[in-house]
This record gives sequence, C-alpha cells and structure tokens, in this order.
Amino acid sequence: MRDVAVIGVGMTKFGELWEQSLRDLITEAGMKAIADANLSGSDIDGAYVGTMSAGKFVGQEHIAPLVVDMAGLSNTHIPAVRVEAGDASGSVAFREAYLAVASGAHELVIAGGVEKMTDVSSSQMVNIQSTSCDQEWEAFFGASMSSLYGMMARAHMHRYGTTREQLAAVAVKNHANGVLNPNARFKFPIKPEDVLKAGMVADPLTTYDCAPASDGAAAVILCSMERARKFTDKPIRIAASVQASDTIALHDRRDICTMDSVVLAAKKAYAQAGITAEKVNLAEVHDAYTIGEIMAIEDLGFAEKGKGGIAAASGETALTGRIPINTSGGMKARGHPLGATGIAQIIEIVDQLKGRAGGRQVKDAKFGLAQSVGGTGATAVVNILEGGL
Amino acid sequence: MECGIVSYGAYIPRHRISVKEIARIWNEDGDGLSKGLNVIEKSIPGFDEDTATISVAAARNALVRCSVNPKDIGAVYVGSESHPYAVKPTGTILAEAIGATPNSMVADLEFACKAGTAGMQMCMGLVKSGMIKYGLAVGADTSQGAPMDPLEYTASAGGAAFIIGAENVIAKINKTLSFTTDTPDFWRREGQTYPRHGGRFTGEPAYFRHITSCAKMLFEAAGTKPTDYQYAIFHQPNGAFPSKVGKTLGFTPEQLKPGLIVPYIGNTYSGAVPVGLSAVLDVANPGERIFVVSYGSGAGSDGFDITVTDEILKLRRDAAPSVKQYVDRKKNVDYAIYAKMRGKIRMAGE
Amino acid sequence: MTVPRFWREIPQRYNLIGSKCGSCGTVDFPPRTICPHCRRKSIGKMEDIKLSGKGEIVSYSIVREAPEGFEIQVPYAMALIKLDDGPTLTAQIVDCELEEVKIGARVEAVFRRIQEESKSGVIYYGYKFQLAMPQVK
Ligand SMILES: [Zn+2]
Repeated sequence: MRDVAVIGVGMTKFGELWEQSLRDLITEAGMKAIADANLSGSDIDGAYVGTMSAGKFVGQEHIAPLVVDMAGLSNTHIPAVRVEAGDASGSVAFREAYLAVASGAHELVIAGGVEKMTDVSSSQMVNIQSTSCDQEWEAFFGASMSSLYGMMARAHMHRYGTTREQLAAVAVKNHANGVLNPNARFKFPIKPEDVLKAGMVADPLTTYDCAPASDGAAAVILCSMERARKFTDKPIRIAASVQASDTIALHDRRDICTMDSVVLAAKKAYAQAGITAEKVNLAEVHDAYTIGEIMAIEDLGFAEKGKGGIAAASGETALTGRIPINTSGGMKARGHPLGATGIAQIIEIVDQLKGRAGGRQVKDAKFGLAQSVGGTGATAVVNILEGGL
Repeated sequence: MECGIVSYGAYIPRHRISVKEIARIWNEDGDGLSKGLNVIEKSIPGFDEDTATISVAAARNALVRCSVNPKDIGAVYVGSESHPYAVKPTGTILAEAIGATPNSMVADLEFACKAGTAGMQMCMGLVKSGMIKYGLAVGADTSQGAPMDPLEYTASAGGAAFIIGAENVIAKINKTLSFTTDTPDFWRREGQTYPRHGGRFTGEPAYFRHITSCAKMLFEAAGTKPTDYQYAIFHQPNGAFPSKVGKTLGFTPEQLKPGLIVPYIGNTYSGAVPVGLSAVLDVANPGERIFVVSYGSGAGSDGFDITVTDEILKLRRDAAPSVKQYVDRKKNVDYAIYAKMRGKIRMAGE
Repeated sequence: MTVPRFWREIPQRYNLIGSKCGSCGTVDFPPRTICPHCRRKSIGKMEDIKLSGKGEIVSYSIVREAPEGFEIQVPYAMALIKLDDGPTLTAQIVDCELEEVKIGARVEAVFRRIQEESKSGVIYYGYKFQLAMPQVK
C-alpha cells in the first residue's frame, strides 16, 4: 500500500439552506475541492459519495452517478460509488477513497458527503435519523436516536458520576469554536444555563445537547503522496484510516458507556500511524449528542474512562486546552448533515494542519484525528492525518 | 358432566376520570349525578390499550394462576362491543398472544354488555360435549359514550377472562340459561363512533325485565332462592340499577357488594359482569354459592348458578393482581387529558 | 411498515420467543440464526425459547421528541431492559409516573399496541414493560 495525501478540500456552508437542493450542495462542495487542489475535473478517475438517507429525505437513490453528472463529468464515465454507513457515511466514503488510491487501483479520487435533511417534517426527521439504529427492535418500539444516546448519557452519569453540567460544557465549548468557523451553522456563543434550561429532547439531553439536523455537503481530493507535491506544497498525509463495527442495536452491546468499535478503531489507527494518543494535537469527534463527545474522548484515549466529563468541564478540550476537540464547532455548532459530517471533519483537520484555520487555528499542529460514528456505534471510523511534511 | 371455571383473570386500565369532572364540562350537578348513578369514577384505556390488549392481560392473568397448558385451550371467544377491527378478529390476536394457536376454535362475539357471558356458555357447551378440554371466554370493552350523553359518565374499559373446563374446577357452574327478546334499547350502527340508546326505555322494559325474568327462571331451574347464595352479581351499567334489581329479587346489599365494582371503574360493558365475578372469586371460599345474571342490550340476560369448590384453595390466586389491586392502582386525569386519550380531539389531517 | 414485515415477527413481539444456542447455552433475543459465540458450531443447534418477560432497567430516557406515530404519547419512557433470561432489549415503560422509572427497577412485560399503519391500517401489537406490581407473587 502506498502513502496517500489529501490535496484539496471544499464544503458548503452548513445550515437550513432553503434555496439549495441536494445536487446543488454536492456540486458546490466538489467544485470547491477541485479548485482547492488546482486540478481539473477530468483528472479525477474515481468518486465516492457518502450519504445516509437521500432516498428518504429527497426520494433520490443512485446518488453517485448523479453527483458525477452534476459536476459535468458524465462524459468521463468514471466509476462512482455511493457509500452508506449511517451518519458515518462520509467517513467511510473517505476511507474507501483512501483504499482505492493506496491500493494503486485509482490515481486521483474525490470523496464527498452530502445530506439534504430539512425538506422533511420534524417527526419524519426523527424516523429517518433512527434508520441507522435497529428498525425492528429499537425504532419499532418508539426509540428515537436521541433517546438511545439519552440512555448512554443516563448510564454514564449513573456509573461515573458524570453531571448534566459536564454535558453542557461540551455544547458551550463547541459553540465557542463555531463562532470562529465561517462555515458553521451556529455562530453564536451559549452559556451553560442555556443548555440546562433548553427544552428536553430525550432526558437527560436537551435541544442544546443535540447536533442540529442540517443541509450541507463536503468533498476532498485524494492522490498518492508522491504525486501530491505536483498540486500542493503542503500535502496532508493520511497516516491511518481504520474502520470497525459492532452490534446494530445498543441493547446488544457489551457496555453502553463505551463504544468498543471506537476503542478498537483508535487502537489500530494509532498503530498504523505509529503514534500514541498523546501525539495527537487536535481531534474532530462525533458529538451528534454531547455524551457522544465525552465517550469519544475517553474511547480515543484523550481522557481516562469515566473522566471525559471532567476533561470537558475543565477546559482541557477547549481550543487552548491540552487536546482541542471539535475546533470546527463540531456537529453541535457546525451542523450535522449526516453524510457530509465525516468529510467536514477531515476538512477541519486539513485546514488546521495546513495552518489556515483562521481564528480557531491550533498552533503547530502535526497530527489531527477524526472520529466518526454511525448510529449508536455500530460503525466507527478513525482517521489520522499528518501535516508539516 | 361437571363443568365450570378452572381459572380466571381480570384487567382494568390505570387511568380514571371522575363523574364530577365530566359533569363540570357539561354544567351538570356532579355530586348529584355521582350519587344518583352510584359511580365515583370510571376507567380510561391508555393510548396503547384496546379490547385486544385488555383481553390478553386478563387471559394471561388467568393462565398464570393455574397449570393449564395453553395448547389445551380448544376454543377462544372474545365478547365485546368495541373490537379494534370491524372486520378481523380480536380472538386471533388473543389466541396467538397466549399460545393457544393454531388448534383452537376462535370467534369474536358481540351482544352489547353480555357477549362475555355468552362466550362462557358456548365454552361450557363445547366442554360438556367433549369437543374441547378447555375453553377461554373473555368479556372486555373500551366503550365510548358520546360527549354530553348520559353514557359518557360511565362508559369505561376493562375485562375479565375465564378458563372453562371439566377438571380442577374452582367454581362449578350448576346451571346456566338465558332470557332473550328483540328489544332495541341501545345500539350502534356500522361505522358510527358512538352508540345511541332509547333513554328511559333502557330501564324497565329492557334491563329490569330481562334480568328479573332470567333470574326467576334460574331460581326455578336450580331450585334455589336468594338466601342460598353468598354473592349476587348483576350487570352493572351504573351502581343504581344492580342494587335496585337485587333488592327486587330479594338479595341484600351485603350479597351484592363484593361483586359491585362499577362505582370505582364505571361500566366496562362486556367486562362488567366478568369483572364483578372475578372480584368475587378473589375472595370466595369453598362451598359458597354465586348468583350471576348479565344483561346485554338488544336484548338478553344470561344467568349462572355457581358453587365454589375446594379447588379454589389450590389456585394461585395471588399470582396475578386481584380486582381490588387493579381498582387501587389508578391515576386520575382531567377532562382534557381524557378527551386526548380517547381520541375526542380532532387532529390535523383527520 | 408493511403487513408481512410485521406479521413475521409476531412470535417475538407477542410472546418474547428468543433463541438458545444448543452448543453454549447463550440465550438471544430476538432469536438468532447463528450464535455469536459459537458461530459454525451453533448451526442447526439454535432452539426457540420463550423468555420470562421479567427483568431490570439498565438505562432509560424520556422521549419528548417522538418518531411519527408516537407523538401523542410524549413524554414516554424508553428503556434498555436486561431480562432475567439473559438478553437485553429496548422497550417502552408504561403505566407509571416517569419519576418512578429508575436504573435497577424491576419490570415485567405487558401486551400493548405499538403502532398502527394508519387509522384504517393494520394495528401492530407487541411488548412494552411496566414496573413489577410488588403485591403480586
Ligand atoms: Zn453458542
């Protein structure tokens, strides 16, 4: 396997984008990525598109060739693959693109992610989001995705003494970061009491513990490391890309306070990258719900198991802290267009490693990690990127 | 051949609304109505409850008390005027949920408030003829009274199930008979949400005539008189009617009280006499005798002369909740919540 | 949901029919074709087993933003329930005050309406759980 680099990135603003359709969004993100990489669309020889539920949100399946078509590349006849792994779809699309280039099967590949979520009603939204958990044995009985994360939060609080205030600290920190991200959906700061007093979605989680369903798309261009310097003087190397899985239903897990899939993917990713968690300078993690970020920093080795809440509340994960987490604002403030999220995480890491993250720049960042979760942890992806090469 | 009740189980939903609260909405005299009807409050089915779920709960309570193998239940009859489907049996849902499928005869019955007791009679016939080992008869309802209609004060939800057989009989049914005429005192046409009734016509020529006629026939056939019984149970559309008919027939309030549940849960229609009989079986001792007459509008009465046997001491009565425990397990709601729970609020798209 | 998709799950939904591995004895709910522990060794040895319906709350959440068809029931409690027979499942806790839902609480299965296809469509029944009635032996 050869080394692979990210040579260009592009994304739309995330939010409630009334004017833009699914195809408008992914086309915009793709064009930006191609421009960022200084190449022409016809150089691309493969496309991977992550989307969780285009069929349910906008009635469109067979997304991959549609995306290539809208990008004006139909006459290149390149293979186009749609990837679905719940809200980890974007991350898995990225990994598939990485494998395609690393194996030598492809030279220049685009990996995109897109979701157009806001065309449906709020109760339809709850239904569609829960299609990434077990339909017959969780959703059928009335479980929403937020209630399953609520159960994880409740168990974590019960076992480790994690507090409501610690959960709120995650949202407060991510909003503070979002203020500094031009592409973020929420660019306003919040206070802990805003989270605590917000309407309950699924006890103990309030509206402010939940990432907002959003529209958006993101895309990145990958090629071999050796070829990357032709396009950029700051190629970002993919130091590790690992995926793991677990039971589809939360109730079948060994432990609901930890995601074994994340722990395993992280362990393998650190080994592949030849580093330890201490070497990571910043990370984008799956904060679809605030408890998700707390469990993620524990499972990734940034905090001891059970101490994630303390780490979040103490400022260790803030922009200026020991290990800045979700410098982009995370899903909480950047927005969470399911399929686009995984790619947006990669973009944040790339921008940070290239030193072009503006007001939210982490100084001298060399290793950045992106962790993505599908459903309640049935899919986990950990990617580690390296800059300064 | 001896035949009777092998086990029994009741079920009453948790929510209640008081007669006083309903009267508040319609500017009626709540205290006066409550006293006149002898009904304090009535049960309301949960959002997720219907005649099928009530039947299953009652039948499972009956099964857990005894050692009957559900596979030996050869007939399942659910009597109700509020089957969840107009076409598609409740009985198949019940039979499947208790493991009595596929070798069982199943049908839904409807005879206003006496479909449950009609099912008991049908099971007796099948047991006595040797066609089946056990039969399951259920009377259950989630009845609806139209808003502002007098029936609204009492129409409630609940039910009870009886396993009928010839072995390990806890209450022998010595005699059963019916008195039936075509008397349209209460009805609900196909597709209509609420029933209609003949007002005061439901009293003398309907309820009272049928119950007293049936009771007199039963006394004669059984060769008994009121003093031979420890308990008497009559259909209880409210608390006043059964007390009056009992007095007319020569029963004392003490004989009626253990089986008079309507003051606390309202009229459970097909479930009314079955729940009353369950409450009596909760406390009955061997050798005691029970006089039962149901009433269904339309109209008819089923009478039962029952003797409790020594077997009742072997029944695990405390393995399932008693009627009293269900009566005491309650949560009162106001009329707004009641209207929401019973689908009386018109929602978007309806 | 379509009628056959519901209908084929009736044994599990009505009567908690799980599976037991003939090789290692592990009980699963819903039933599995292959035992996750024994895999190949379990093929042809998986047997149906009726679960007791009694268990304990592992964790829970109160749903206030509901999926389609559940809106009128909010707020309602969803819980992970560890059955005495081994498996853990997800179900609604009914007929109690929400404050009474606690980790470690004893619960038992009840039979309820879960969903309906529409006002004129098929009604889907199945299990929910209630707090165990303490006075019942
Ligand atoms: Zn096994």
